[in-house]
Amino acid sequence: MTAATASAPTGGRWRISQETRWAFIFLLPWIFGFLVFTAGPMIASLAISFTEYNGIRPPEFVALENYEDLLSDRRIPLALTNTAIYTLLHVPAVIILALALAMLLLRVGRASGFFRTVFYLPTITPTVAVATLFLLILGGNGLLNQGLGVLGISGPNWLTDPQWVKPGIVIMSLWSLGSTVVIYFAALRNVPLELYEAARIDGADSWQQFRNITVPFISGALFFTIVVNTIASLQIFTEVFTMFFSQRSGPAQGSALFYVIYLFQKAFSDLDFGYASAMAWLLFAIILVITIIQLRLSKRFVYYEGEGR
Amino acid sequence: MTIQQGQVGGAPPAAPVAPATARMDLAAAHGRTTGAISRILFLATLSFATFLFIFPFVWLVSASLKTRATVFNNELFPAPLYFENFPTVFELAPLATWFFNSVLVGVLAAAAVTISSALVAFAFAYFRFPFRNAIFGVVLATMMLPGAVTLIPNFLIWNALGQVNTLTPLWAGNLFASAFYIFLLRQFFLGLPRELFEAARVDGASYPRMWWNIALPLTRAALIVVFIFELKASWTDLLKPLIFLKDTALFTLPRGLQSLVSRFNPATGGQGEFQYVMAASVVITLPMIVIFFLAQRYFVEGIATTAPRAESRSVTGSPQAWCKTPVEKAIPYEQVRRGTRDPRAADVAARPSRNQGGTSWTRSSCSRPTMTP
Repeated sequence: MTAATASAPTGGRWRISQETRWAFIFLLPWIFGFLVFTAGPMIASLAISFTEYNGIRPPEFVALENYEDLLSDRRIPLALTNTAIYTLLHVPAVIILALALAMLLLRVGRASGFFRTVFYLPTITPTVAVATLFLLILGGNGLLNQGLGVLGISGPNWLTDPQWVKPGIVIMSLWSLGSTVVIYFAALRNVPLELYEAARIDGADSWQQFRNITVPFISGALFFTIVVNTIASLQIFTEVFTMFFSQRSGPAQGSALFYVIYLFQKAFSDLDFGYASAMAWLLFAIILVITIIQLRLSKRFVYYEGEGR
Repeated sequence: MTIQQGQVGGAPPAAPVAPATARMDLAAAHGRTTGAISRILFLATLSFATFLFIFPFVWLVSASLKTRATVFNNELFPAPLYFENFPTVFELAPLATWFFNSVLVGVLAAAAVTISSALVAFAFAYFRFPFRNAIFGVVLATMMLPGAVTLIPNFLIWNALGQVNTLTPLWAGNLFASAFYIFLLRQFFLGLPRELFEAARVDGASYPRMWWNIALPLTRAALIVVFIFELKASWTDLLKPLIFLKDTALFTLPRGLQSLVSRFNPATGGQGEFQYVMAASVVITLPMIVIFFLAQRYFVEGIATTAPRAESRSVTGSPQAWCKTPVEKAIPYEQVRRGTRDPRAADVAARPSRNQGGTSWTRSSCSRPTMTP
């Protein structure tokens, strides 16, 4: 007795094959989850964004009022600017440093496994613990300023000085760049070595080799990490929330007010679900536009092996 | 076509390269200038970078052993070492309960997402059905969606189900698979030869059996990657516990630690007992470090496989670790079915396959996944 005979092919109007039927049975968890936890909520979120709603009283339709409020709320440009500054500092710094570390790893040879572990360890440290640790390190008399003091620099208080709060957060974020290093390291090891040999015979110096061989060959990985890091840094939340917003008020909350933090406050402190939903859709639009621009640019800069041969 | 490094000198391309040799060649090729000065410079840079990455961990442990008076000073070795912080913080806060909650949520979340994503991924990898590519496109598109968009409706759903202020919302959503893991596992299922499943079907295996008895055992490494990644994500997550949990007794470790920051951080008006925060930080970090060292291979390879164009070369020392699973564990299906052979047994590699060529997998047929979280 086999499974094949147990369930004979269905007749009926639709003639759905047994394979298709089983396929959709296997897909069922995702289909249900997609409808209930993604598609449904997207529609609901859009609908809520046109209402005044606090989760208790029934929602009240206010048309575009929430979106108009976005334009007049002075904390929106503040949160957007903070987030943009952070992203513009964080992404290039991560890319450059991670690439430098990956190239360093490449020269290590046999022991590269050990050093890769060293660079990777911070990324598995729970984010809240990273935040508490850097509350110590970034303080006015903290470890970082002590280190800078050795070099004769008297550092600012990275936790309270409005000008230095975001650079401080960037420094913290750089400690956790290990996964980008691992990605670059894997990509660098795929660059065919004979290209370097040929370039050397042709008299290319190190920079020319880097510029014309390494970068094109890892451009796929570069592009990918830029996109992923950009999307992630636009949504930074956990570490900043722990460090600066564990209390209702605190020093430097203005310069550490990132977009998702403000959204969280609006939604779950002020229970202004309508406004927070409008904020979420604005964020979605921004991420979409930036990603599309990056995709367009990638077509010009990303080299895919095998193409144009 | 990928070019095997270390074979530049005209070695026959089919011969597998010993990884150590290959890597030494690689290092030699990249470390071109072997002058003493550049060597010293290189070692100095490497040591400095290592120091920068390791020292915060030392600092974390050091600060957890200090007293209220010394926690903000910059002494590396506190004297005396104040180990009492650890028992004290377990008394001050229900840290043990938080720890248990975190373990419970983490294991449930990871198990749920692994099983459900494997189910869905298998559908995309193996079955032919209408609109397959379109539906898969929707799966990929959901990865783009910022969590903020669905955050409030999801809260309202769990609220309507009466599950707010329970642990359920922290993991139950994982029962419905996750786009990234579907993508990842689909790549691995695609790497399995179709002939294996066709043979099973001829033998009368049902689709669930093919999934459970063939597909899952042969992609065990990938399933472990998914499990570990989700365990880590759940262990770190602060946002969901912030939204869904109110009672202190239900907190997970990140939420609990965050509450300790607000209680003890003097800079934001808390009591100045920051050493307890640091002790709790050690408690939340240590399990992840232990798991990392136990499953390092899966962590690092999992990350590396998420990158595009990293397919020809394994990241850890073992060459082709990903491909090894299918190559060495190709088992005549009927033995698995009859239960005479555990599919996980690794000793079956030498067995010649009945269907020559059908189930012998070449390394070139092994494709590695190419995307990310």
